[in-house]
Amino acid sequence: MQTRKKHIFLTFLASWLLLFFFGGDQLRRFTFFSGRKAEARRNWPSWTDRSLLKSFADPEELQSDGDPSLPSPRARRAARLSVYKNSRCRMETCFDFSRCKKHGFKVFTYPRERDQPISESYGKILASVERSRYHTPNPEEACLFILSIDTLDRDHLSGQYVRNVDEKIRSFPLWNGGRNHLIFNLYSGTWPNYTEDLGFDIGQAILAKASFYTESFRPGFDISIPLFSKDHPQRGGERGWLYQDSIHPKKKYLLVFKGKRYLTGIGSGTRNALHHIHNGKDIISLTTCKHGKDWEKHKDTRCDKDNVDYEKFDYQELLHNSTFCIVPRGRRLGSFRFLEALQAACIPVLLSDGWELPFAEVIDWGKAAVVGNERLLLQIPSAVRCIHPERVLAFQQQTQFLWDAYFSSVDKIHLSGLWQIIKDRLLPHRSRSRFLWNTLPGGLLALPDFSTHLGDFPFYYLQRGRTPPALAEHSKLSACHNTYPLPAFSGSSPSEKFTAFIRAISPSISLSQPILRLIQAVSGSQYCAQILVLWSCEKPPPPSEKWPQTTVPLTIIQGRRKLSDRFFPYAAIQTDAVLSLDEHTSLSTSEVDFAFVVWRSFPERIVGFPTQSHFWDAEQRRWGYTSKWTNELSIVLTAAAFYHRYYHSLFTEYLPVGLRELVDGLAACEDILMNVLVAAVTKLPPIKVTQRKQYKETVPQQVGGCKDGDAGAAPAGGQSPLPQHSPPAKVKGTAGAAGSRRISQQQDCLNQLVDWFGYMPLVSSQLRLDPVLFKDQVSVLRKKYPRLEKP
Amino acid sequence: IMCASAKYNTRGPALIPRMKTKHRIYYITLFSIVLLGLIATGVFQFWPHSIESSSDWTIEKRSVHDVPVVKLPADSPIPERGDLSCRMHTCFDVYRCGFNPKNKIKVYIYSLKKYVDEYGTSVSNTISREYNELLTAISDSEFYTDDVNRACLFVPSIDVLNQNALRIKETAQALAQLSRWDRGTNHLLFNMLPGGPPDYNTALDIPRDRALLAGGGFSTWTYRQGYDVSIPVYSPLSAEVDLPERGPGPRRYFILSSQMALHPEYRSELEALQAENGESVLILDKCTNLSDGVPAVRKRCHKNQVFDYPQVLQESTFCVVLRGARLGQAVLSDVLQAGCVPVIIADSYILPFSEVLDWKRASVVIPEEKMPEMYSILQSVPQRQIEEMQRQARWFWEAYFQSMKAIALATLQIINDRIYPYAAISYEEWNDPPAVKWSSVSNPLFLPLIPPQSQGFTAIVLTYDRVESLFRVITEVSKVPSLSKLLVVWNNQNKNPPEDSLWPKIRVPLKVVRTAENKLSNRFFPYDEIETEAVLAIDDDIIMLTSDELQFGYEVWREFPDRLVGYPGRLHLWDHEMNKWKYESEWTNEVSMVLTGAAFYHKYFNYLYTYKMPGDIKNWVDAHMNCEDIAMNFLVANVTGKSVIKVTPRKKFKCPECTAIDGLSLDQTHMVERSECINKFASVFGTMPLKVVEHRADPVLYKDDFPEKLKSFPNIGSL
Repeated sequence: MQTRKKHIFLTFLASWLLLFFFGGDQLRRFTFFSGRKAEARRNWPSWTDRSLLKSFADPEELQSDGDPSLPSPRARRAARLSVYKNSRCRMETCFDFSRCKKHGFKVFTYPRERDQPISESYGKILASVERSRYHTPNPEEACLFILSIDTLDRDHLSGQYVRNVDEKIRSFPLWNGGRNHLIFNLYSGTWPNYTEDLGFDIGQAILAKASFYTESFRPGFDISIPLFSKDHPQRGGERGWLYQDSIHPKKKYLLVFKGKRYLTGIGSGTRNALHHIHNGKDIISLTTCKHGKDWEKHKDTRCDKDNVDYEKFDYQELLHNSTFCIVPRGRRLGSFRFLEALQAACIPVLLSDGWELPFAEVIDWGKAAVVGNERLLLQIPSAVRCIHPERVLAFQQQTQFLWDAYFSSVDKIHLSGLWQIIKDRLLPHRSRSRFLWNTLPGGLLALPDFSTHLGDFPFYYLQRGRTPPALAEHSKLSACHNTYPLPAFSGSSPSEKFTAFIRAISPSISLSQPILRLIQAVSGSQYCAQILVLWSCEKPPPPSEKWPQTTVPLTIIQGRRKLSDRFFPYAAIQTDAVLSLDEHTSLSTSEVDFAFVVWRSFPERIVGFPTQSHFWDAEQRRWGYTSKWTNELSIVLTAAAFYHRYYHSLFTEYLPVGLRELVDGLAACEDILMNVLVAAVTKLPPIKVTQRKQYKETVPQQVGGCKDGDAGAAPAGGQSPLPQHSPPAKVKGTAGAAGSRRISQQQDCLNQLVDWFGYMPLVSSQLRLDPVLFKDQVSVLRKKYPRLEKP
Repeated sequence: IMCASAKYNTRGPALIPRMKTKHRIYYITLFSIVLLGLIATGVFQFWPHSIESSSDWTIEKRSVHDVPVVKLPADSPIPERGDLSCRMHTCFDVYRCGFNPKNKIKVYIYSLKKYVDEYGTSVSNTISREYNELLTAISDSEFYTDDVNRACLFVPSIDVLNQNALRIKETAQALAQLSRWDRGTNHLLFNMLPGGPPDYNTALDIPRDRALLAGGGFSTWTYRQGYDVSIPVYSPLSAEVDLPERGPGPRRYFILSSQMALHPEYRSELEALQAENGESVLILDKCTNLSDGVPAVRKRCHKNQVFDYPQVLQESTFCVVLRGARLGQAVLSDVLQAGCVPVIIADSYILPFSEVLDWKRASVVIPEEKMPEMYSILQSVPQRQIEEMQRQARWFWEAYFQSMKAIALATLQIINDRIYPYAAISYEEWNDPPAVKWSSVSNPLFLPLIPPQSQGFTAIVLTYDRVESLFRVITEVSKVPSLSKLLVVWNNQNKNPPEDSLWPKIRVPLKVVRTAENKLSNRFFPYDEIETEAVLAIDDDIIMLTSDELQFGYEVWREFPDRLVGYPGRLHLWDHEMNKWKYESEWTNEVSMVLTGAAFYHKYFNYLYTYKMPGDIKNWVDAHMNCEDIAMNFLVANVTGKSVIKVTPRKKFKCPECTAIDGLSLDQTHMVERSECINKFASVFGTMPLKVVEHRADPVLYKDDFPEKLKSFPNIGSL
């Protein structure tokens, strides 16, 4: 005992001495001054000779990074071409750009073989292509080829599995090792591994595949597409389910999942763990093992209880009432529930490691989904709980935007999403930035051929910087330029002038009175930059001296005598705003001024005077169209309307050719199409502004003299006189019949457009914008637009 | 000292009970002596130092030459080659990172060692200036931890920035013997110059197994998307040369090439361009006959003309960045610094930080094949876009290229965002220059939705004690078809609201909320009772609005759910004489505000008003008992960038038994106060967010010659 005591005593003494002599340093840190100094102490040291350290590379070497012994760039490119094939394909090594040079981006589909059945989904894809503006029946012109063999389902246990694909494609003379081919696939591999193998050699073809695994994905070459069901609509598509924005999303559940549980095999790791996070309150995670033929053989102890719980909840109900939805991998990486959750504005929580997300090349999924980690399932509840309500709201809105812009129909997924991604690759310098893809109205509606500059589009003024406080719109404020620091990035706003664009179709050689009056009125506007007259007649326009003298330049453009001409993106239109007019339109300068000022507040919409509206005709089960006075409006006639010039480009370059042909063949349909187009893009109604003249329901006339009768375009709801040279057949007695025929044509047009779009894009509005003091009991002298009130 | 004694005391009792009782006193004495001795020692030895030289302890006075030397045996293990199939979910150990409320990864840096082979020859330069800067930056950042056990990411102090400055096999061996190497899991290597002759691989050739690589000059074949990080090649010139930002505008040259040692084939293609387009294209090369002492890196020549580099880059609109032996070029950094738009001609090159940066907004990428078409391609870029690209280029340099610190932090942030994706930095934060961030609007209600009419609105009446008038307002408002609930905010703490039986009987639920304090901001609190999106704020004396007017107001709000839709409109004006803002309530042709005495708006703005109001505006309003409506107008306009909508014609807002808004507004002092509010708020917001418009909303057929009974809202504007 004594020895032990001595030992202890000595040990203490020794340790004390040791501490004193050697450990002072440690002691200081651990006992006396723990905390701040200790932290600082163990930082990366600040070397005394740090300024003497050598640079990582010699500056001159850095600036001249060349090696004369290297082969020439051309030779190196050729070498890359031969090395990077098949599984290492990239656009520059496996895609023949020269094919797309001459005819642009054209797609050829192989003729379908009669004995070769194709699935519904593949049929829709092919239909999409064939209906699109990129389709060509001529393989010589084609830039991209699509097989007629259905390769969507490559699970060889499936009924739709097509055998001997290898043999078939090799027999195609156009196959060429798969170059410039696009192959679609939704399901690959089979039980138990569900590999990425397609069962045939795709060679150098681009693969558009659902459930893509990052490792087999050839970046910048392949495209990941979402898994969609055979019932996915061809076009149009259902709307998203978000109808209201609320800050504390008062949804019943926070996080839900209802689906299969796999006890074994690939994907079971995640699916078998999901029940752990179920809390029965705001987190509902239900799994069942009741699937497959002999599930009872493999069932474990949980199964029976799980199956009971499972039946208690309805999948659709959960989808509608939850803020977050778990989208775990199944056997394959993608699942239907991804699109389902997206549509339901149930923020997807992805648990699918290694899944190359659909269109991830362009879509920023971080704004619409929570990309979780399969291994960290148990952290998901706390992670989603911590997401700030404002962010949740932004997430929800983004799901709806993405759903609507890229996924709601087969047309959107393939025709637009897919094509535009490939098209962007062909001309990298004229492609859309990520910003355009991920901001309303979406990449498909921002044509890079029009411009790559955001300020040229009507949609992004606010995102690209607010208008500086002082602008011509409010001259009294001009001095504040000096008071407020303006950003180097001056705010963007639509241009301060407009182009008047008058369509003239009357056959007269001398100019009619209305058009002269109109030119006078419009050129009197302080905002008018130029006047363009679209001369849509066979007869040549009157010589320049016959035209009125105006303060602004007046240009005549010779049209091609088609109704859709008026929306052609003429290079002469230099301003953002276009004031579209018919020659018979009667407007005063005040009206034009006021309407333009209003348009500057709503540059993405059509702002105009005479309006019409649509309604659902329940009796006839079709859409009705009326030009009568109503309390609502959904169409602003382009006979007198402001809109952004970009809509000319969308009209001509975005709409399918078939639609434009339809419009050319029907009277007064181009108005409706323009309105439908703008409403489809903005999801908003047009805006009506005050008009001085009271419009009466006058008889619209068929103006047939100019062309062979197909270019009937009447003054819109106008009070304008009959053109002097209107055909003698159109006398008063028949005019009523002509009017109703016109309405029925417009009705036809509307219904055909709805059919093309797949839904009714028009939105109704109940308001009209008037000057602030319109018809108020104040002195006329105080009013800025007194002329609008004259009877 | 407190810490020390506590430590020993806690250890004491645990030890003592095991001893026999008779020895206890002896041991206690012994401990006390030891303890006292320790304390005395500590005080004696360390006390004075802690005052005099605390700074010495934070900065270690050591030289890199004094670091410990590690000898690598020739047969020490070499890691596997880099695994091309590695992805975050396969090769990265997320469990090390864990869930933490800050959503920040922890990064550990190995201490510096000098590695020598068996013969004592060093494996590489111990550390370069840049790598030291990089590690210092990490160490000073929030990501840093000195606790190896808590770390999620490990950064070796072995400098591999330049592959040509090290011995590959031995460096690999050095990596393999790091204490937590574990096949390179969660290790991050920084490399800027990969590859070497003859084939110049595009990724670091050092076998590194599962380690992540932050590399300059990746090609699409070596870059493991979502795993590696592509970083810039740092240009040390940035630290030497101060190039002030140059404003946008025309520049002397259209296209400039400044790279030296270009392959003759490229050079001849560039010269062909020059021959075609003359003066606007400038092709520079190394100067051959410079006098001694002039650093060759800082000069470029065209024939006999000598130009300063990198200053000359500022003279051009576009600057060519061609691939050299490697894909990553330091010149890219110089070009961005000069605010010159880079024209990147390097097929398959993964641009720096391409995972987060939108290069399409700052550069033009042209396939090598299309080099001859470069001039026409660049000509097609609109001038306004060029200006934006120039600013964007400069911003990229400032934020992500400028220093080793910028490069290091951006790299760590990218990895951090992968691990905590739900807390990731947004596209806008990465890409928008500060001026754009400052001035751009991100509307929280950006999705164009027209809320269903069936939802209706909740009317909120703020009241103090005007019960009679309040009851009239309630009765009037309850006639509006779309009203779904009425909420009375009882702001009087001294008086109880009337008994239930006294309240008007109305068809919708009526709730009374009592407040704790008489504050104006109570009107804008996001009460749980508000279940609709639309809120009608209405004063307890606004009885002159007709049911048609209110219903129409609601319909207008549905078409503009992200705006304030109100009845009486107001205007702000710039007073040239006083040089400040002025409030205007006269009959003007313009409006920029609506009074919230009667206005519809989205409930979300209640949330914003209560929790996100900038500066001290909220308290200021409560203290002054005024201007809550102006504050709301500022807030909504600032967050949406949109104007208010005034509905229906102007009315006299007067009621017989109360002072209405207009009555008050006429008061001179009131006007002065309101003007002050505008000036105050404009300075807090740092801008004038209010938008002036010249329109108001009326029903489609308002004042039209049309039978009144067929109009949806006939009773508009009547007094």
